[in-house]
Amino acid sequence: MIALQNVSKWYGPTQVLRECTLSVARGEVVVVCGPSGSGKSTLIKTMNGLEPIQHGEIVVDGVKVNDPKTDICALRAHIGMVFQSFELYPHMSVRNNIALAPIKVLRRSETEAYKRTEALLKRVGLEGHADKYPAQLSGGQQQRVAIARSLAMDPKAILFDEPTSALDPEMINEVLEVMTQLAGEGMTMVVVSHEMGFAKSVANRVIFMDAGEIVEDRPSGEFFSAPQTDRAQQFLAKVLHH
Amino acid sequence: MTLDFSIILEAWPAFLSGMGLTLKLLVLSLIGAIALGTGLAAMRLSPNWFVSTFASSYVNLFRTVPLIMAIFWFYFLIPLLIGRPVGALTSALVALIFFEGAFFSEIIRSGIQAVPRGQFAAGLATGLRPRMVMQSIVLPQAFRAMIPGLLTQSIIVFQATSLVYVVGLSDFMTTTVRIANGSGRIVEVYLFCAATYFVLSYGASVVARYLERRLNR
Ligand SMILES: Nc1ncnc2c1ncn2[C@@H]1O[C@H](COP(=O)(O)OP(=O)(O)OP(=O)(O)O)[C@@H](O)[C@H]1O
Ligand SMILES: [Mg+2]
Repeated sequence: MIALQNVSKWYGPTQVLRECTLSVARGEVVVVCGPSGSGKSTLIKTMNGLEPIQHGEIVVDGVKVNDPKTDICALRAHIGMVFQSFELYPHMSVRNNIALAPIKVLRRSETEAYKRTEALLKRVGLEGHADKYPAQLSGGQQQRVAIARSLAMDPKAILFDEPTSALDPEMINEVLEVMTQLAGEGMTMVVVSHEMGFAKSVANRVIFMDAGEIVEDRPSGEFFSAPQTDRAQQFLAKVLHH
Repeated sequence: MTLDFSIILEAWPAFLSGMGLTLKLLVLSLIGAIALGTGLAAMRLSPNWFVSTFASSYVNLFRTVPLIMAIFWFYFLIPLLIGRPVGALTSALVALIFFEGAFFSEIIRSGIQAVPRGQFAAGLATGLRPRMVMQSIVLPQAFRAMIPGLLTQSIIVFQATSLVYVVGLSDFMTTTVRIANGSGRIVEVYLFCAATYFVLSYGASVVARYLERRLNR
């Protein structure tokens, strides 16, 4: 579904991704973790072409992301993305946040898109909130709307960039529950997260990054019981401690 | 000395037609300057170095010369460039648009830049094309932030139109000067002129502040 081959990226003189190679199969859930600044956000943003790369190859759903001939917008239409800071459109109601892209990109009728919106809101536990504006919702609710927004495009995979790290502790679970449910339904997911409980119970694999490098890429059970590298051990000791 | 405002009533048709030209200059130069300003703002935000440098040089050039110089400049330059006279109105309008376009572009650019970058990324991530993201997500948010600035600058343009005096157009200011000189009622006529500019500008600035408060809620 998603395959990266020797991907490198620089911001000016500083290299932020070093020869990253990984693949995510259909229906797989992969958690990406690592210290701050290790390149996790950059890595998943390369997967839908939000960040260009200077070297390597990325193939998503059989399409070369960095080929100039690729219609990157068409690819993004069926790869969802959920951001740390939600990024709902503040000037639109929840309904329009969710229905905008289905109407404009998939050319669905308003009636159809709005009907779908109601169903999606129900799915993320926010029935009856369609007419509200993002500012009227709690962080956890906003993030669930953001998930509904990406589901509205019938995505083949969803990329999550620290979906719970901007949330108050009591709201983290309501978002993780929705994500767990998605994983159970067979959604392909790449999740940048420090939620080790979620990684342990839901992820098939854990990728550990440090300084732009993929240091470990292992089945999640193995990663937690016996991390191979010192760097991963130190990192785990730190995050599990909290 | 006694004030006698009857001159205002006598000269009313002339004042009215002067204000007509002033408003015409205002509206046309605002339309042109906001359109040009939007284009320049988009160019300044372009990733292409030549495009953005061209736009920023343009803006810096026009922001560092006096408007009156620009009006003279276009008045004498355009006929030279195209080989035939174009008239004071056209050249004054072109000068106002080129000059004020630079100021409007700064207001529009900072409005666009006030929208968090993540909004752009979020729109792109759903498969929307960049133009669509600009249109449906970034500009509506930017515009809200820009309204007070646009209004304030429009008031400045309203006052600036009086500079067309120097190329002999009969706008409100020029009409005032003519009537004052012709009637000898200098004090009354200039008081009336000042009151008119004050009422219109101040009224507009009250609206601007009201909108600003409402939008900040
Ligand atoms: N636009 C940018 N220009 C220059 N450097 C950048 C830019 N964005 C990120 N970086 C650098 O790239 C490196 C990787 O950043 P990235 O955001 O991918 O890290 P991260 O692992 O997601 O960190 P965090 O856990 O803090 O979100 C960092 O060193 C960061 O400073
Ligand atoms: Mg990050």
